[in-house]
Amino acid sequence: MIALLLGPIGVAIVGSVVGLFYLGVDRRLVARMQARVGPPLVQPFRDVGKLMMKESIIPNGALRWLFQFSPVMCVMGSATLLLYIPLFGQPALFEGSGDAILLIYLLTVPSIALVAGGFASSSPYATVGAQREMVLMIGYEFPLSVTVVSIAWRILQVTDANAFAFSSMAQYPIWDLVGPLGLVGTLLLLVSLISVTPGELGRIPFDLAEAETELAGGLLVEYSGRNLALFYLGNAIRGFAVLSLVVALFFPYGIAAGIGVTSTVLAVIIDGAFFLVKVLLVMFVAVALVRSAMARFKINQASVFYLMIMTMVSLVGLLLIWADMML
Amino acid sequence: MGIDSLKRALWIYHVNTGSCNGCDIEIVASLTPRYDIERFGIKLVGSPRHADVLLVTGPVTRQMEPRLRRVYAQTPDPKVVIVVGNCGADGDVFHESYNLVGPIDQIIPVDVYVHGCPPRPEAIIDGVVKAWLKLEGATTKETT
Repeated sequence: MIALLLGPIGVAIVGSVVGLFYLGVDRRLVARMQARVGPPLVQPFRDVGKLMMKESIIPNGALRWLFQFSPVMCVMGSATLLLYIPLFGQPALFEGSGDAILLIYLLTVPSIALVAGGFASSSPYATVGAQREMVLMIGYEFPLSVTVVSIAWRILQVTDANAFAFSSMAQYPIWDLVGPLGLVGTLLLLVSLISVTPGELGRIPFDLAEAETELAGGLLVEYSGRNLALFYLGNAIRGFAVLSLVVALFFPYGIAAGIGVTSTVLAVIIDGAFFLVKVLLVMFVAVALVRSAMARFKINQASVFYLMIMTMVSLVGLLLIWADMML
Repeated sequence: MGIDSLKRALWIYHVNTGSCNGCDIEIVASLTPRYDIERFGIKLVGSPRHADVLLVTGPVTRQMEPRLRRVYAQTPDPKVVIVVGNCGADGDVFHESYNLVGPIDQIIPVDVYVHGCPPRPEAIIDGVVKAWLKLEGATTKETT
């Protein structure tokens, strides 16, 4: 009972610390790729600390309770994600009570919190931002679902266990199951999931819901002080969760057994560190590299990119995995 | 936490009150790899609600006066106002023009002036450092 109560709190605290740290690493990496020095790694912690001590203004026209409730919902929704994703090479805290399908649904909660907060703040900029976020959500949902379903379908061919559970995905890594044709298909699925990541996190080139230069902060335009800090924190946690999801789907490997570590404690530490490295690599490719190489999409370009191009890419991946199985 | 995190994470909102864009370009220049003010956690934000520092340029045209007042009121406390360029300080070449209501300190309280037409990025960074000291003084006064 105590574990049931303290576990989620612990996961939320660890998730926020690690998420904020990765945010700092991301800013630093982007700065280095732009030939700048960049802020120190602890900068996101300072940002949150500063926002916490600032005045929180609630605009006159805002729907008061929703305006204040949305940031809390964003943080809680993001922290809930972490309960169902395997972290640090260990099974998820609530493994068995939820699988990848539940996670796809839960992933929408922080976005819905952002949208609700945007509409509640009664600013035209926030309203436009909220509408964009909804369009984007509809867009990336499809390639994300196709990717998860394809992997689960292939795993279903070799086991009777719940193929959507992350434990099955860790037991039968997708790369080991497929032949040469399926390898190409899996790579296509990986590409589509990596393209979904910045959209899910609202980063460049899919930051059109916040769009500082055209929408003056978009969804978050009216938020200040503590409420803004909570959104900042929620975004950091969600970033960590989505990156961990990519790792759990495609790279559920540990190295401790491979390099012959027998001590349990040492194996846990090594696998935990290896997990952080995997998340870092995924973040570098999916977030930092993309962010420094591209500019912002327009909303119609982003919709076409997700609904047409990435959906096609993931469906071709699914077909290739199917053909690989059948041939 | 506290004043330390405030002065190392200043978010800046840039208000153009009729400037010729000279100062604005110098502000953007201070974000470039050569000066890179993000090293100190300084970041340009798109909304006054997110800002700690208002960077005001230009001599304040008649149309901009109520907007400037509103932007100042929209910024959450504690906040600092930095005037960049001679125009905001005394009107510079537009001094006593019929369509101006400036200088800025007659409309909103100003904490730091950065002179120059336009000022160099070094001068703007120096202005931000002066704003740090000002914030330090303000918060110690509050606590004692």
